Amino acid sequence: MNDHEVPAGPEGPQGPGGPDGSAPLTVLGAGVPRLEGWDKTEGSARYAAEWTPPGCAYGRPVPATVARGRITGIDATDALAMEGALAVLTHENAPRITEPDDATLDVLQDEWVPHRGWHVALAVAETPETAQAMAEAVRIEYAEEPHDVRIHDDHPGLYQPDEANGGAAGATSRGDVESELAAAHHTVDVLYAIPPLHNHPMEPHAATAEWTEGPEGARLVAHDSSQGATPVRDTLAALFSLDTARVTVVSEHVGGGFGNKGTPRPHVVLAAMASRHTGRPVKVVLPRRHLPFVTGHRAPTLQRVRLGADAEGRLTAVDHDVVTHTSTVKEFVEQAAVPARTMYASTASRTRHRVAALDVPTPSWMRAPGEAPGMYALEAAMDELAVELGMDPIELRLRNEPDVEPQTGKPFSSRRLADCLREGARLFGWADRDPRPGVRRSGDLLIGTGVAASTYPALLAPSTATAEARDDGTFHVRINATDIGTGARTVLAQVAAEALGVGPQAVRIDIGNSDLPDAPLAGGSSGTASWGWAVHAACTELRTSGSSVATVDTTADVQAREDYARHAFGAVFAEVQADTVTGEVRTRRLLGVFAAGRILNARLARSQFLGGMTMGLGMALTEHSSIDRATGGFVETDLASYHVPSCADVPEQFEAHWLAEEDPHLTPVGGKGIGEIGIVGTAAAFTNALHHATGVRHRTLPHTPDRVGADLRVPAR
Amino acid sequence: MKPFTYERAATPEQAVSSYAARPGARYLAGGTNLVDLMKLGVERPEHLIDVSGLPLDRVEHTVDGGLRVGAAVRNSDLAAHPAVRRDHPVLSQALLAGASGQLRNAATTGGNLLQRTRCPYFQDTSVPCNKREPGSGCSALHGSHRDMAVLGHSDDCVATHPSDMAVALAALDAEVELLGPEGRRTVPAADFHRLPGDDPHQDTVLRPGELIVSVTVPPPPAGARSAYRKARERASYAFALASVAVVLARAQDGTVRHVALAFGGLAHRPWRARTAEELLTGAPLTTEACSRAVEAELAAARPLSGNAFKVSLARSLAVHMLTALAEGGADGTSPQRA
Repeated sequence: MNDHEVPAGPEGPQGPGGPDGSAPLTVLGAGVPRLEGWDKTEGSARYAAEWTPPGCAYGRPVPATVARGRITGIDATDALAMEGALAVLTHENAPRITEPDDATLDVLQDEWVPHRGWHVALAVAETPETAQAMAEAVRIEYAEEPHDVRIHDDHPGLYQPDEANGGAAGATSRGDVESELAAAHHTVDVLYAIPPLHNHPMEPHAATAEWTEGPEGARLVAHDSSQGATPVRDTLAALFSLDTARVTVVSEHVGGGFGNKGTPRPHVVLAAMASRHTGRPVKVVLPRRHLPFVTGHRAPTLQRVRLGADAEGRLTAVDHDVVTHTSTVKEFVEQAAVPARTMYASTASRTRHRVAALDVPTPSWMRAPGEAPGMYALEAAMDELAVELGMDPIELRLRNEPDVEPQTGKPFSSRRLADCLREGARLFGWADRDPRPGVRRSGDLLIGTGVAASTYPALLAPSTATAEARDDGTFHVRINATDIGTGARTVLAQVAAEALGVGPQAVRIDIGNSDLPDAPLAGGSSGTASWGWAVHAACTELRTSGSSVATVDTTADVQAREDYARHAFGAVFAEVQADTVTGEVRTRRLLGVFAAGRILNARLARSQFLGGMTMGLGMALTEHSSIDRATGGFVETDLASYHVPSCADVPEQFEAHWLAEEDPHLTPVGGKGIGEIGIVGTAAAFTNALHHATGVRHRTLPHTPDRVGADLRVPAR
Repeated sequence: MKPFTYERAATPEQAVSSYAARPGARYLAGGTNLVDLMKLGVERPEHLIDVSGLPLDRVEHTVDGGLRVGAAVRNSDLAAHPAVRRDHPVLSQALLAGASGQLRNAATTGGNLLQRTRCPYFQDTSVPCNKREPGSGCSALHGSHRDMAVLGHSDDCVATHPSDMAVALAALDAEVELLGPEGRRTVPAADFHRLPGDDPHQDTVLRPGELIVSVTVPPPPAGARSAYRKARERASYAFALASVAVVLARAQDGTVRHVALAFGGLAHRPWRARTAEELLTGAPLTTEACSRAVEAELAAARPLSGNAFKVSLARSLAVHMLTALAEGGADGTSPQRA
């Protein structure tokens, strides 16, 4: 690492602007506090459930209580007799919708129940309390059919999909893996398991929909808790056969999503149906306990990883085989074998997904889909190989750095994994590490450290944006970006300010409304890059053209990009302690170093990295959902039983660092996306640290006392 | 939520007579559990009698050197009370191990004792549960087992009692003072909760309409040390996988003069380990003796398919805490973070 490439610290450069109002040179990159921070603090920032139009009614969905079957009878008499009851929508009377591309939205259209928790009715009333009471009073008869909710690696329904999530190939093969494994000096052949996981954003899914009929036809306005108002608008327009110009979706403030608000969800469809049916605005707020069933989950994965290496630790074979489930509603394949196509050079490689469609709720995007579970297995296996070789795990990774992306042969736009590993090692004090497992004891505690690499693709989607010069010298930027708590609104104002050559205070930015210029959703860590390019281009055109308004569409620019493998990289270091009395594993230190292109706001970036690593901590140590085989439903359905990390789980020594990375092949703004990479690799770093602490390999997540303690506690006499 | 009526009681006597006059009444204190269960449709009271404002919010010293804790004393206040911290660290530690800061600020002593199991099947009105709906069946028996009971359960119910505080009170030989339509009576804290048997609908020995007015904690045995330790999968806001409360006093010669041992997270009630206590009392306190005593206690365990780990966890916790208290080292708190 060169001297001038000192990583920006957590505080980063700060710059309030010049005394004459001129733009500070550091406007992009500065730790500008989020623009809506005060509104959120004092409660004036309004979320979807907080829009209550005059005459608003309330809808409460009724979840199916069987895991597979057919509705044979509905009795809503008692519900409709309640004071304040307005309607009970079911497949018998709900508005017909055009068959959606996403079948999870095909609600109340027929009598089939594909999984437990599927919404089979919607009670609508004058108050939310009455709607809930009605929902409980609707009696539904089912013809129940036997269900299957258990995935295992010899499930007869397993098949190899053509594609996994994100359009990735279902399987790849390069060279002869079996021959290389047979000839390898050292091999690892291990099975890892990750349970179902749930996103559980703080704000439950909610929508307020208002359907009005006028002389120009129907009009639909929805306030929705969504990661992308443009796709929600397009979906609602298609379902209800409306022109997109007659539909407005607002997602001004969103209380987290982590993927499960990335696609339109049934609550907004139900709200729109109910508004159309009753002629009233209707609000639908999902109870926390409905979320696990109708807003997606990370599918469980069983991952077999086989690695072969020569005597010097150079990989000769990488074989990553993933078994997972999807629902009968639609195919979603967690693309956990995908990162192995990018990470390491090897003579031969094979990656494969197999999936079975079970009677389970439909899985979907959750917190770095593909990369988070896949890199858990790959990076834990790399650690096992390092131990097998008697080699430092960082050195093993350095020896297998590829010149080009292994599967595609494409050049990397930039790849600073090696620098992240080295810089992390320096900051963490890795050089002093005694590699022997199970030898560091402090009282009842066994202590260990571990490292893992992380990666996430630098995704990009076309976007539009408008910039306008005002008479008062300020600028108005409009784009339907979504701020799901990341700080996107603030960063886009910074992008605009830099392109315009003004301070951020001279920019007004409007986001979160589908009437604004179309933009892609906040997902795949691609929002800031996609929207930022459009904002940058609009502002640049405004400044250079001399006109008062400029609108751009980056579609052609995005399509014209050169063919590079574009990925962010990082390295995560963890120190854990395992209590030999209880088997409790707690975090002592956590440190990540990331190379993700240009960092646009140091304050917000740090929050993104730390938040991602905290999610990785949860994946490693505390979070798990289970499916009850008898009921077919998820068991942990609230925040008391689904254990996201608490503040007490996060260590005081918790650091995020990043390397300066100039990548000319990204966008004019230069960032790679930082929302998800923090979680990737973190679970493996914990797993590797736990082995270093205890000398025992734990391959099933999470590392809870029931599993870890079995090997640590005093055995029975 | 079903409509209900609400009143604020002025005196304990008035609360009890109101209860008797109103079928379907429930006492409401901090509401941290009852209100949740009402939202879920698990509890469907016709009438709520708010007892949180009753003059039962003080911790008083008794003439014999013990403490009388009013039923409305908040968990956080009780945990912070100087006499509790000095004389009964096990109680302070147990309280602080429970729930979260916000919940402890709202939850009361009486309400803590009366909180219901967090068995997920009990909380899900769409599946059978004998505790919620007698005779409907036990979904947990063939369901997700990890957090269920290993001691004292029946085919009708395998739920555990979630309280940490109650485990400490059981070990402290505390007594629960009740006021009911037929007057006052006192029940030992260790006998306040019951095993499920064929009637898991009943969590406690409370008779209809009885109100907890206070909990009396006797003075600590001379020279006693006490501590609480809870194992859980996150560092805060998680129920015990297993927990242990220990009160220990030794004679001059090092033998055990007094020992009380209670487990949480293992049964339908705090599990007072009488068998282990009998084996230990009067004996020298060696690791060997502790192990033997705790294993004798846990010989009664009948783990389900998914929770055998609880037996070894409880054994490990108890032996560790007994020996650590004997050495004067354990403060019972969770291990220090770096």
